[in-house]
Amino acid sequence: MKRDVAIPLLILAVLAVGAITVPVLSADDPRTMGDAVTQRFLPPFVTDARGDFHLLGTDRFGRDIFARTMLAARISLVIGILGSLLAGGVGIAIGAFSAWRGGIVDRVLMGAADALLAIPRLILLLVCAALWRPGTLTVVAVLVATGWMAVARLVRAEVLGVRARPFVEGASALGARPSRILWRHVLPNALGSAIVAITLGVGGAILLESGLSFLGLGVQPPQPSWGNMIADGRDAIVIAPWVALAPGLALVVTVVAATFLGDALRDRLAGESSATLRDRA
Amino acid sequence: MRNVVSRLASSIILFWIVLTITFLLVRAAPGDPTTLLVPPGATADDQARLRTELGLDAPLVIQYARWAGRLFKGDLGESFVRRAPVRVVLSEAIPVSLGLGALSLALTFVLGIAIGMYQAARQGTLSDRALTIATTTVYAAPSFWLALALIATFTYGAARWGFPAPLRLPAFGMRDPASDAAGLAALGDLARHAVLPVLTLSAIGAAGIARYARTITADLIAQDFVRAARAKGVPRARVYARHVLANAWPPLVVLLALAIPGLLAGSVFVEGVFAWPGMGRVTLAAVAARDYPVILGATAVYAAAVILANLAADLALPLLDPRRRSDGST
Repeated sequence: MKRDVAIPLLILAVLAVGAITVPVLSADDPRTMGDAVTQRFLPPFVTDARGDFHLLGTDRFGRDIFARTMLAARISLVIGILGSLLAGGVGIAIGAFSAWRGGIVDRVLMGAADALLAIPRLILLLVCAALWRPGTLTVVAVLVATGWMAVARLVRAEVLGVRARPFVEGASALGARPSRILWRHVLPNALGSAIVAITLGVGGAILLESGLSFLGLGVQPPQPSWGNMIADGRDAIVIAPWVALAPGLALVVTVVAATFLGDALRDRLAGESSATLRDRA
Repeated sequence: MRNVVSRLASSIILFWIVLTITFLLVRAAPGDPTTLLVPPGATADDQARLRTELGLDAPLVIQYARWAGRLFKGDLGESFVRRAPVRVVLSEAIPVSLGLGALSLALTFVLGIAIGMYQAARQGTLSDRALTIATTTVYAAPSFWLALALIATFTYGAARWGFPAPLRLPAFGMRDPASDAAGLAALGDLARHAVLPVLTLSAIGAAGIARYARTITADLIAQDFVRAARAKGVPRARVYARHVLANAWPPLVVLLALAIPGLLAGSVFVEGVFAWPGMGRVTLAAVAARDYPVILGATAVYAAAVILANLAADLALPLLDPRRRSDGST
């Protein structure tokens, strides 16, 4: 494996391992309140009176921020990956169906995609997330509902391109059914750019989740997510900035790793750059 | 000309579809805005009366027809919460966001293109790689987090590291509530308050644009006409200014249009964190209070901005790139 793929993958793997192990191994439950009197707002790299070391300091309830950041990584990573994968899956299905059927079906579906693309995704997310009951499932659902359009457009264009190639004609001449042609010949050749878009979409989904949680519309406390941890530290930004900044650092590292991974995959899978400016929070 | 008319028509249809989708989304959501509007202790009768008054008891089709009819005449309705026309609510907020956005967009573009071109000119060097990591990192940062990091630097950091007085920038609000300055002094105060929000928005924007400007410029530099210009002895700076930039304009203008939705979304958070009374704050408040007419009005403004930006980019492309004029081949 080349370095450009290996390094981002390694970073994501370390983060995943940390997310699984650190909350389990930490001295106190990162969800419950600690000793708020003597332990609150300890700065990073400090050992407290009990002899526990706090890599990233503590928050207003004396909870260890490193353990909480790793606990939050679980939900943020799962939502990011799931949100992007499901949105990509829906996008691939709609894009392929739209290109394959053509005619009025194609025009209606692509019209809907264009209309949804014309609303800034964050506004769409806000309207959906705020009006329905906030929570983890809602976040994933709205990420999918607002994220399939770009992939659908990409896959549609690829399918239309691939369908005109001689090997498809050949398969058709050999008597293959349309569904078999689409499944075995067209889709595998059209998926490269969709995979790149989905990988790049993971970072975007993590950013949007954090944005919603920051506004109190996403993952709800006591379950920590990077977004609601940043919101938590907002009031203390003037006296204890690490409370808000530490979880953001973990988020930035994750999104950067996902972006570099997506870029590296693009160099391999998609011939020309097929990127669009990512939605962001 | 026919092209322009058909583009305009499809933009208007798209705008209408967007508004209809939003209307349906907002109304399909569970919950009743009057629950939040009635005073505590109100009876079910009071609430029903309010629903009738706001027109919320009519069938959805009728409500849609009423709303669409008013919209057709340019009437966005009345805010449930403030009981003022939505037009007034929005027209107070739009200048704030527009000023913030326009300033940030200009800075985004100048900075982004400069960084991207610099990187492309020094491809593969250490500075190119360092800048790629830097732009990717800034672009990966959520706007609210970057805003908080800047606030921390200029409050906590300023106290800790002893910043000199001119560098102690205000972190919240649009103007100093204690000062009654007017004229030039008030403008200076506003400018000082604008530094951090504009810096947040344009840093993220420039990082995004730089990544694309680098790719576009790198592709151009590899082409024969650039090598030919260099070979016949045109100075390097002139090659970039005349030959490369002239060809890089069209895709960059498209990028500018594509950057606008991100900027609008970013401003929602930046206005929230820095307490600027713009569109973002209005939208957040309206969503929280289920103020349907304001949500729809704000979405209309956002959608119009995105659609107009795309339309402008489409129409400007033939002007910038003679190869794209319709009297040519394609």
